[in-house]
Amino acid sequence: MENIKIAIRDFNLHFGSKHVLKNINIEFPANKIVALIGPSGCGKSTLLRSLNRMHDLSPDARLEGDILLEDLPLLHPRTDVVAIRRKVGMVFQRPNPFPKSIYENVAFGLRLTGTHTEADIRTRVESCLQQSYIWEETKDELQKSALQLSGGQQQRLCIARAIAVEPEVILLDEPCSALDPISTAKIEDLLLELKNRYTIVIVTHNMQQAQRVADFTAFMYLGEVIEYGPTDQIFNQPQQMLTRNYVEGHFG
Amino acid sequence: MTKQQFTKIVGIQLLLLCTLLTLSFLGIILFDLFSKGYSALSWDFLSTAPRKGMTQGGILPAIAGTALVTLVATLFALPFGVACAIYLNEYAQDHWFTRLLRASIRNLAGVPSIIYGLFGLALFVEALHIGASILASGLTLALLTLPYIITTTEEALRNVPNAYREAALALGATKWESIKTVVLPGAMPGILTGTILALSRAAGETAPILFTGVAFYTRYLPGSLLDEFMALPYHLYILSTQHQSLEQVRPLAYATAVVLLGMVLLLNLSAIILRIRYRNLWKTSK
Repeated sequence: MENIKIAIRDFNLHFGSKHVLKNINIEFPANKIVALIGPSGCGKSTLLRSLNRMHDLSPDARLEGDILLEDLPLLHPRTDVVAIRRKVGMVFQRPNPFPKSIYENVAFGLRLTGTHTEADIRTRVESCLQQSYIWEETKDELQKSALQLSGGQQQRLCIARAIAVEPEVILLDEPCSALDPISTAKIEDLLLELKNRYTIVIVTHNMQQAQRVADFTAFMYLGEVIEYGPTDQIFNQPQQMLTRNYVEGHFG
Repeated sequence: MTKQQFTKIVGIQLLLLCTLLTLSFLGIILFDLFSKGYSALSWDFLSTAPRKGMTQGGILPAIAGTALVTLVATLFALPFGVACAIYLNEYAQDHWFTRLLRASIRNLAGVPSIIYGLFGLALFVEALHIGASILASGLTLALLTLPYIITTTEEALRNVPNAYREAALALGATKWESIKTVVLPGAMPGILTGTILALSRAAGETAPILFTGVAFYTRYLPGSLLDEFMALPYHLYILSTQHQSLEQVRPLAYATAVVLLGMVLLLNLSAIILRIRYRNLWKTSK
């Protein structure tokens, strides 16, 4: 695989006494979309949330092994978690714009650093809304509350908000599961566009979605990566019986 | 009609009756106070000091005293209480010590107000040498409202969806930045509503200010926070039970009660308005 962006080595995660992720070894290439699929509870969201250290919020989570973002060790205690999250953005399952204006939602991450002028922020907000294909719908009402947007618009706004801080990687945790098919199609188009600039990891329940957008797909089961390879291979010539059964819909 | 249907109808009517009965108490109180105090209510009553041994004149010093002492209480209790609640809800791990803290705060809410009064006398007036004053009374009332403010603030913080915290953190906010920029603004209407309700309760208290600064009679408005002051609830108590010509000042007592009740209801009204605005802000979310 060319140009590795994220390398996960011998990674194990425990919640208290529960062994949730087991010996994960996997690499995500730069400027590609990787889909994590698998039945509920297989650990795909947990793996995703390890990549921006979201588990720091749960006191009983224990992470062992290495996750490297290029040469930055993400799990090292001395690595600044805030810096990690600026490099690794995240979009959640349910759209979660802040109860602020559309403009302020996108400006949020920029204001945190306090190094941007207002003119600078305005340019960036516009550019991110354009990149997220939501500019045309919102340009005349940037001061409107983000909560008044539709669910699909909200999710695109969340993507705009995530790319505003110029991350290198974008994590998406079932970003379309709360959306209608039309909104879903828009988000998928957007992801295909965004992968030119970002490395994307997406957790999805929807196998068609994985086939439509992902360059590579990892099938996870009971906390292990069972099979990982080009999306086409995972869905059409899976090497493992378990993968075949899952992608053919025998269990889910 | 079956027996079940009958019981159901009777039951609902009984519940309705209880509700109406409760409501009627408020109605009776309001009607009684207003009808008997109406004759004494005037602009002069609100804007002048008592005269001729409190048989004439108004209650301006008492209104000002109650307003000031409530304000002082707010200035101390609000930041202190919000800080405690932020610690408890956002930072503290759930173990025996924080559980003990929460239990203590709940118990603090149950301490009788006269005990706060005596405590205020011992601590603020005597030990800290503040003397009987607006400041000492305000601090005592702040202590009294603190547990309510902490509890309602914690509740308001808990109601801010975790998704907002995660969203802020995922954008590179530190924990404190996420609290400051997202969690606190989201909880603010709830915090203010709870605080106002606690303060409207405190504004009407007599026992905590009794030993810590309230005066029987002052001719002038307080000039500094270290002055003694008149307060509406205490003035009402004097006019209704301690005055030498009770019959003569009865209308003044009723009018004072109306003003006190009016101030408290005004505070509660602002809490209701805040709550409605809060609902509109958050419920547009799908």
